[in-house]
Amino acid sequence: MSLLDLFSRRRQTAPVARERLQVLLAHERALSGGADLAAVLKQEILEVIARHIPIDRDHVEVKLDRGTQVSTLAIDIEVPAAALAAPAPPPKARRRRAAAT
Amino acid sequence: MSNVVVVTSGKGGVGKTTSSAAIAASLARAGQKTVVIDFDVGLRNLDLVMGAERRVVFDLVNVVQGDAKLPQALIRDKRLDNLALLPASQTRDKDALTEEGVGRVIEELRESFDWIVCDSPAGIEKGATLAMRFADTAVVVTNPEVSSVRDSDRIIGMLDSKTRRAETGGKVEKQLLLTRFDPARAARGDMMSVDDVLEILAIPLLGIVQESPDVLTASNLGCPVTLHNPDSPAARAYDEAARRLMGETIPLRMPRQEKPGLLSRLFGKRAAA
Repeated sequence: MSLLDLFSRRRQTAPVARERLQVLLAHERALSGGADLAAVLKQEILEVIARHIPIDRDHVEVKLDRGTQVSTLAIDIEVPAAALAAPAPPPKARRRRAAAT
Repeated sequence: MSNVVVVTSGKGGVGKTTSSAAIAASLARAGQKTVVIDFDVGLRNLDLVMGAERRVVFDLVNVVQGDAKLPQALIRDKRLDNLALLPASQTRDKDALTEEGVGRVIEELRESFDWIVCDSPAGIEKGATLAMRFADTAVVVTNPEVSSVRDSDRIIGMLDSKTRRAETGGKVEKQLLLTRFDPARAARGDMMSVDDVLEILAIPLLGIVQESPDVLTASNLGCPVTLHNPDSPAARAYDEAARRLMGETIPLRMPRQEKPGLLSRLFGKRAAA
């Protein structure tokens, strides 16, 4: 910093950048574990459900809300009306598929 | 023993390709057999930065899909015998690369090269994750600017969780390459300092490359800056970074703030503003 800057009232911007990043990243780092968990849960839950009901993966919402005492996991799956009306596959085939995965 | 290095950043435009080319050329000039792979499928540019754009016949995707043999796709650098380039494809197919295929290519390259430099695309999609997947070491390229630092932090998290090494209980060694650093602005407090960025990202420093017109000049001419103008401050910084990668201990030089002469103080600033 030059002598001139000491007298000018111009505010330095680098400390602002540093502080904003420190606050933001502390938050994002704490969150990233949770975000990954939600993705894994979504994937595995969908695999199980897709074995029995045809579902559209774009109409699925998985939300993980982390609280201090209790966290909640909300799963919203839109099931097309036709999916539940469709006949279930024969039990034998279903068992074999379940064993294979 | 071969070494796989990923040059990555998350954010685009911070200097991954420039840095990949410069470091690879430095390694090769130091006598190391080096290959640099462009993972930016669909937007390849490493060939252009290295001046090999008219010599691309086959590419990484051709090799991964078995349409070409690896030696057919490798482009040998015209300036350095032990430097080779494996270009990316210009296909729009997002699934052109497979993990298994990339793994196979890297294993094959390990047999004949000391250094395999993987130039990652921006973002956190497939190209970027595959570029880091098999890495032993990561060079995280960061500008002293908020969005770049934030994205680098995200990429560091991915290096710790999504790489082969991380998944098998090991660790990818991560080092920071701070590029486009302007010592004058940092001294005035208008740009985050080296210490600021290091404190936030908390990984060791590989080098500081200061903002320099030589970098653009070199890419205009299709030549890595370390070969085009080896005495420029940017080239020296890349050279030293490459030597640190090779395990040499070199004291870090802080980029010096250039003192403007009287004439440029009178006219230069005003003309630039």
